[in-house]
Amino acid sequence: MSATTEVRRIRSPLFYRLHRYGVEVGCLALGFLIAVWSIIPLYNMWKIALDSHDGIFGGSIWPEDPTLESFRVVVTQDFWYLAQFWHQFGNSFIVGLSVTFLTLAIGSLASFTVGRMRLRNGWMLTNAALMTYVIPASFLAIPIYRIMQIYGLGNHLSSVILALTTFATPYAIFIFSQYGKSIPMELDESARIDGANPLQIYFRIYLPLMAPALVAVGTYALLLAWNEYLYNFLLLSTPQSMTVAVALAQFLNSDESPWNYMMATAIIYALPPIILYYGSRRYMAAGLTMGGVKG
Amino acid sequence: MSVTQQALAVGRSFAGARARRHAWFGGLHGADYIWAIAFALPYIAIFLAFVVYPIAFGIWMGSDPALYEQLFSDPRYLTSVLNTLLYVVIGVNVKMFLAFLLSGFFFRKGWWVKGLMVIFILPWATPALPAYMSIHWFLNGQWGMLNNILYELFGFDGPVYLNDRWTGLACNIGAYIWKTLPFWTVILLAGRMAVPQDLYEAAAVDGASRMHKFAHITLPLMANLYLVCVLLDMVFALGDFNSTYFVSGGGPAMSTEVLATLGIRYAFTVALPRLGVATVMSALPVLIPLVIILMRRLRPSEGQL
Repeated sequence: MSATTEVRRIRSPLFYRLHRYGVEVGCLALGFLIAVWSIIPLYNMWKIALDSHDGIFGGSIWPEDPTLESFRVVVTQDFWYLAQFWHQFGNSFIVGLSVTFLTLAIGSLASFTVGRMRLRNGWMLTNAALMTYVIPASFLAIPIYRIMQIYGLGNHLSSVILALTTFATPYAIFIFSQYGKSIPMELDESARIDGANPLQIYFRIYLPLMAPALVAVGTYALLLAWNEYLYNFLLLSTPQSMTVAVALAQFLNSDESPWNYMMATAIIYALPPIILYYGSRRYMAAGLTMGGVKG
Repeated sequence: MSVTQQALAVGRSFAGARARRHAWFGGLHGADYIWAIAFALPYIAIFLAFVVYPIAFGIWMGSDPALYEQLFSDPRYLTSVLNTLLYVVIGVNVKMFLAFLLSGFFFRKGWWVKGLMVIFILPWATPALPAYMSIHWFLNGQWGMLNNILYELFGFDGPVYLNDRWTGLACNIGAYIWKTLPFWTVILLAGRMAVPQDLYEAAAVDGASRMHKFAHITLPLMANLYLVCVLLDMVFALGDFNSTYFVSGGGPAMSTEVLATLGIRYAFTVALPRLGVATVMSALPVLIPLVIILMRRLRPSEGQL
């Protein structure tokens, strides 16, 4: 023990100052690597989108002759894969908003019965939700595809909406029941004494107090629906019913893909969720810590 | 029920759950009971129609033993089983270890660490499809940016990554890590922040070194969260379709397919839906134990950090 204190005394303070600088420089270098690693595929997207058709095959790291031509083509629907781009964009919005609304409604009603009204055997509902959450969605794709045909919903937006709501609701129930624990039961009781029925308690007390959780889960559901590919692809096949995700992947079907148009479409498709994500990051973070471990 | 009773109930957590069930004046009666059922009904309906029915339907579709004979004599299937194993085991564990280290890095204070976090989150905020498409083109042997960079910096011609099974598989795994690393780093960072600071202070008073604090406070308190993250991400990785489908496309010659993409390919490209279901179902011996363990660990009362 005394030997180490001796050494320490000899080393300081220059050693410690150098050591601190060394650590700081190391951290900066690591930070630089992390930034490059995170950004490079996204930079690649922009580079190709800003290139002219020849530029893509030029072997350069920078767009040599940057042009917004590809974005013009996408926005004016000037290419045959993109003939219905804005219509498909609208489809994506419809799917996203419907999934969000249904997830919030179904999820909050279910967690209200289980968490507040304490329905007997309500734990079965929670377990059902948990099970749905941990079953990979892609494993159910084939039977769900067949079942949508049986229900007569083939190639209709509602099939995707229902399927994605099914996969978004478990997370909602999970977060809502966690968050609901922080709302005092006495509020419900006093409302009941005043003669409120469960529906009034749900609308007047439960929902307003759950607002932060509603925002977190709503964002989650909207992002899930907008970003999802497999179910959109399987269940929607005509240009009229497609969402942007499916339209974007269509570019991969042909050998002579105009990559710059594709990347411009990809950027326009990716911007709304990125903006939404950064806009609601505060709430999302709260949701994450509330829920422990959730995607 | 008085406030004291309720406080006691909260204190007793598990046993308390039963006592607290009667919070609404000794349970539900008459009209309230009907309300409760009505509120639960939408979820029950959706669960029956889109989870129970598809599972039953899938089991029925994949119930013919001949399908499995066909699968096991199919070399492409055996390849994809190995790929799936590598994908899940390597992809999840390498990523979670990196996420654990990075969570320590982002635990540092300072303005530029916060700024870096904003950049670091980008892969997670970007939708999977455009990100993987970009990575696919980024890795293109002839015109991809990666080989261009290698050439400019080192004058070295990189390989055609997606034309070989092993580099292709590595690229799929790498893309999956790239996409999901920020999410798990944030989760583990939240876990680190939830460790009470006074534990570290008490340890410092007792003369513990950094290594001691890490080994005796951080590790034991994070172990459970880490394990849950690994298991949960194993399930996610097992079902991941996008990375393989868009980065390598399953090629060359279907040698980088995983079970999730092979099942879809059998069902929709080759039009053998039963074989597709059987492909996916063959993952059940691994999936079911994972699901059971996870369901036990993720119960809402225990799921908190």
